[in-house]
Amino acid sequence: MADTMPSYIGRSVVRREDNRLVRGAGTFVGDMKLDGMVHVAIVRSQLPHAIINGVNLNAARAVDGVELALNGDDLKDVLPPISGMQVTAPKTWRDGMDPRIEIPDQTLVPYDKVRYVGEPYALVVARDRYIAEDAAELIDGDFETLPPIANAEAALDAESLVHDHLPGNIAATLHARKGDGEAALEAAPRRLKRRYFHHRYAAMPMECRGVVAEYDSRTDSITVWSSTQVVHWVRREVANALDMAEERVRVVAPDVGGGFGGKGHVYPEDILVAYLAKRLDRPVKWLEDRHEHLLNAAHSRDNLFDIEVGFDDDGKISVVKNYFLVDSGAYSPVGAAIAGNSIAHFMGPYDIPHYEADCKVMMTNRTPNAPYRGAGRPEVALAMERSIDLIANELGLDPAEVRFRNMIQPEQMPYAVGLPYRDGVMIEYDSGDYPEALRKALDGIGGLEAFRERQKAALAEGRYLGLGLGCYVEGTGIGPFEGATVKIDSSGKVMVATGACPQGQGHETAFAQVAADIWGVDIDDVVVTVADTSHVTMGYGTIASRSAVTGSGAIQESSDKVKEKVFAIAANVLETSEADLELRDGSVGVKGVPDMSMTLKEVARAALPGWIHQRPEGIEAGLEGTAYYEPPTVTWAYAATAAIVEIDAETGAVQIENYVEVHDAGTLINPAIADGQVKGGLVQGIGGGLFEEPSYDEHGQLMTGSFMDYLLPTASDVPPINVIHSETPSPRNAFGFKGLGEGGAIAPPVVIANAVCDALKPFGAELNNTPVRAEDILNILESGAVAAE
Amino acid sequence: MKPPPLDILTPTTIAEALALLSAHGEAARPLAGGQSLVPLLNFRLSRPEVLIDLNRIAKLSFIEERPDHIAIGVMTRERAIEESELIASQAPLLQEATTQIAHLPIRSRGTIGGSLSNADPAAEYPAVALALEFELIAQSERGERRIKAADFFEDVLTTALKPDELLTKIIVPKSPGQSSSAFVEIARRHGDFALAGVAAQITFSAGKPTDVRLAVCGAGSTASRLSAAEEIVLRDGAGVEAIKGASAAAAAAVDPMADLHASADYRRRLVGVMTKRALQKVVQRAGVSA
Ligand SMILES: Cc1cc2nc3c(=O)[nH]c(=O)nc-3n(C[C@H](O)[C@H](O)[C@H](O)COP(=O)(O)OP(=O)(O)OC[C@H]3O[C@@H](n4cnc5c(N)ncnc54)[C@H](O)[C@@H]3O)c2cc1C
Repeated sequence: MADTMPSYIGRSVVRREDNRLVRGAGTFVGDMKLDGMVHVAIVRSQLPHAIINGVNLNAARAVDGVELALNGDDLKDVLPPISGMQVTAPKTWRDGMDPRIEIPDQTLVPYDKVRYVGEPYALVVARDRYIAEDAAELIDGDFETLPPIANAEAALDAESLVHDHLPGNIAATLHARKGDGEAALEAAPRRLKRRYFHHRYAAMPMECRGVVAEYDSRTDSITVWSSTQVVHWVRREVANALDMAEERVRVVAPDVGGGFGGKGHVYPEDILVAYLAKRLDRPVKWLEDRHEHLLNAAHSRDNLFDIEVGFDDDGKISVVKNYFLVDSGAYSPVGAAIAGNSIAHFMGPYDIPHYEADCKVMMTNRTPNAPYRGAGRPEVALAMERSIDLIANELGLDPAEVRFRNMIQPEQMPYAVGLPYRDGVMIEYDSGDYPEALRKALDGIGGLEAFRERQKAALAEGRYLGLGLGCYVEGTGIGPFEGATVKIDSSGKVMVATGACPQGQGHETAFAQVAADIWGVDIDDVVVTVADTSHVTMGYGTIASRSAVTGSGAIQESSDKVKEKVFAIAANVLETSEADLELRDGSVGVKGVPDMSMTLKEVARAALPGWIHQRPEGIEAGLEGTAYYEPPTVTWAYAATAAIVEIDAETGAVQIENYVEVHDAGTLINPAIADGQVKGGLVQGIGGGLFEEPSYDEHGQLMTGSFMDYLLPTASDVPPINVIHSETPSPRNAFGFKGLGEGGAIAPPVVIANAVCDALKPFGAELNNTPVRAEDILNILESGAVAAE
Repeated sequence: MKPPPLDILTPTTIAEALALLSAHGEAARPLAGGQSLVPLLNFRLSRPEVLIDLNRIAKLSFIEERPDHIAIGVMTRERAIEESELIASQAPLLQEATTQIAHLPIRSRGTIGGSLSNADPAAEYPAVALALEFELIAQSERGERRIKAADFFEDVLTTALKPDELLTKIIVPKSPGQSSSAFVEIARRHGDFALAGVAAQITFSAGKPTDVRLAVCGAGSTASRLSAAEEIVLRDGAGVEAIKGASAAAAAAVDPMADLHASADYRRRLVGVMTKRALQKVVQRAGVSA
């Protein structure tokens, strides 16, 4: 970092993005209009599982205004499938997990059979979207239905196969061991065995997906604008499918209205639209409507756990055995990554000596499952944090107390977990004070004892109050790498481009803060470009709470390269040695000599190629550097959360009175952004805990085809939320950053379940499945009431 | 998510609208606030060839006081009803129910005529129409009909209106001075269609109920009156025991449908709870001691 400067890191700088977004001046894929643009409607399967006998396009082709109608047969020899391995894992991880991974490739438009409701089987390109949909309606598919596989458990012994080459419908198996689980269970004084189910729900960004592509025959190049979190992945897959050089494919994500993981991989439409633009030599647009989004955009969660925990009379846990199934739907676009997260995060902030995990990633006739904010962690938080509450109940201890007794103590940091992370490095929690976070969370709800008093008094009046706790850790800032290019041109401005692809996280602001501090310049002199492959050669994208850590690392490393030149050239011009120079207020100056300096603009001019340059011998022209930051491993964010609920005893309705999250993501770049990120996650977690659920009927039909049925939390459903930030720096990077963004969404489903069970403790009820439903609560209340009479 | 091709016709008078309706018959649908119809069009679940847009017919939008009733034009926005002082003082049940419809932007477009014609079993207005005994004025080129609310709602999204008929005016009887009312409902989220809602309108004389109207929404194929519960309150008053009995009778009387949001049984139980809460509110508002 620069030696003297106003520090921007740590300040709630107003987001640059907000000016345009608040005025409605943002540009989303849906806003794009290009000359001669035609529109795609995609015909999607209404059957969960069926053989395609034929798809007749004649009537659609005859509609006035239709340019093209295609089915799977038309495309099968033209476009390859998307590889099942969009994400790869290092060998060291595979050695530790002993996985068998056979994630199927995904045909863009299937010609042999459809595997989920919403899967494309034909498409129409027309003058406008209305005509495209009119024609799409006329496309006649001849199908032979196959028995649908409704869930992961049914998939295990189903006769029918989602993919013929995957016997037992198993796409991946993973295993992990720490210590000796069997022996530890034998030796444990007490055991608890439970089944938990975390239901399926989905990212549901405000902006659905969308793709526009334009082909330029003059240069044989194509530009794709996609509402995506991973422009470089889209470039790779488009180039591969169209057999073009990556250099000839430019992918841009304009303003993106939310992604949350749901836009974190390449979808068939990204490639299809690019293909159509090239084939027709006209700009092509496909905009996903909400109905399509509900059917076809990745769903997430949907894990079934069989858990056994060994513990002693003090509530100290010695062992966890974790057997679980993931319902991955018909494909698994990011492979076994979510399951890997689940295995690695199970033990959370607790010091547990023995652990065994076995997981099967199952193929079913459901929408593909991909990471969504939390990505494997909310699921295991449900299993772990419910188990702790049940142990507390069994021992007559407060659930808070059992957590304190099992937590890793600050003096145990860094703490070796004994399992490999997805990046192949053995997990070591880097820093933090977990018990302190829980203490602060309990203070945040007004103190544990005060609440227990209130709860008792309320119960005496027939009112049911409950306290729910949930603690988690989160590996963030994962590799493999992120790219950044930093330039100072003759305007003297610092230009930063990274492979990060924001969807509302405020990267243009946060990276400007980081770069302004690195360079000691005014933030207004930093220009940030994101989500455009033409600005940085290799990039990874914004998923997995990674961009603050990896993007900043890349900006730091590329800046270092540029700084070397800046100092060399300034030393040459100022006739001093590099060691005597410092960065200050947009200038390079001689330490201790205020009026001996030159501005970055002057340095940039001195660095120009040509006759009048002032570079010393051996220094190349231009101030430009690119670096690819490869983090050593992840940083560990963590949180403790607490919520108070009240149950309406007559209707079973759950009212969340207050929700507190104590969150530690290391040094914060912009506390206001961090706050918004955690709160946004919490709201999505509350949505999952109480409302959101894609529902299928017995024929495998999706019943939640609109927002009338798929219920998102609205402003009136969100309780008062108090986010308290702790900032324990990570020792793993120069800034002390840990990643952030997903965390908020991890705990709410289990916190709500725990709180409701705490409220219903007089009835001895257990809710071990999500979402928590008022109707189930009322049944518990009424069955208890009957028993009491 | 785009409607099939259709024409939009924009009459500016009632006569013009009736002529168009008669000419196009079943191929036409009137368009009021569009809050229910437009989603159906976009899902291609309703496929009229012609939309007869009522939004430019100034004469369909009014709230007027008459000696014994309030007359409301069908194109009156839900929001205007919510904000009308006349309605708040003369038909407070209608006002209270309106505040529970959807959200502000939807109420700013949605109309009373649209909601009643739409006959959604979970909507608030049909229950209010039954409890306050609205009369609905339907016009066609064949003439004018006065339809009692009790005869209007026939089935899910089905009313007594003929294809060439337009609902034009709603007659809302003024609520008697000695009466009190309450509209209570429960939904999964604020603003959603009710899982169960109950409208209660009770006239008291010397602290005793003399006229009891209870109507329910969300618990069957149409909104309906809860006559068994009404009789209990009329007979036994509005004390704790009577309310308990009436709530049980209400729950027993309904035949709710199951959907994603609630089982039939849960809805039935909610009808009992909502009946109880509505009655408690009325009693409290009337200031009668049980
Ligand atoms: C998100 C959302 C939530 C909602 N929540 C609720 C709720 O909680 N409670 C509730 O009651 N409603 C709710 N609604 C519906 C809303 O109140 C609608 O406005 C209302 O049901 C229909 O009124 P409209 O004026 O929009 O009618 P439109 O949608 O224009 O028409 C509805 C139907 O009535 C017919 N029609 C309209 N006017 C006439 C007429 N004069 N004569 C004959 N037929 C006519 C139309 O042809 C159409 O079939 C909700 C709507 C939305 C979008």
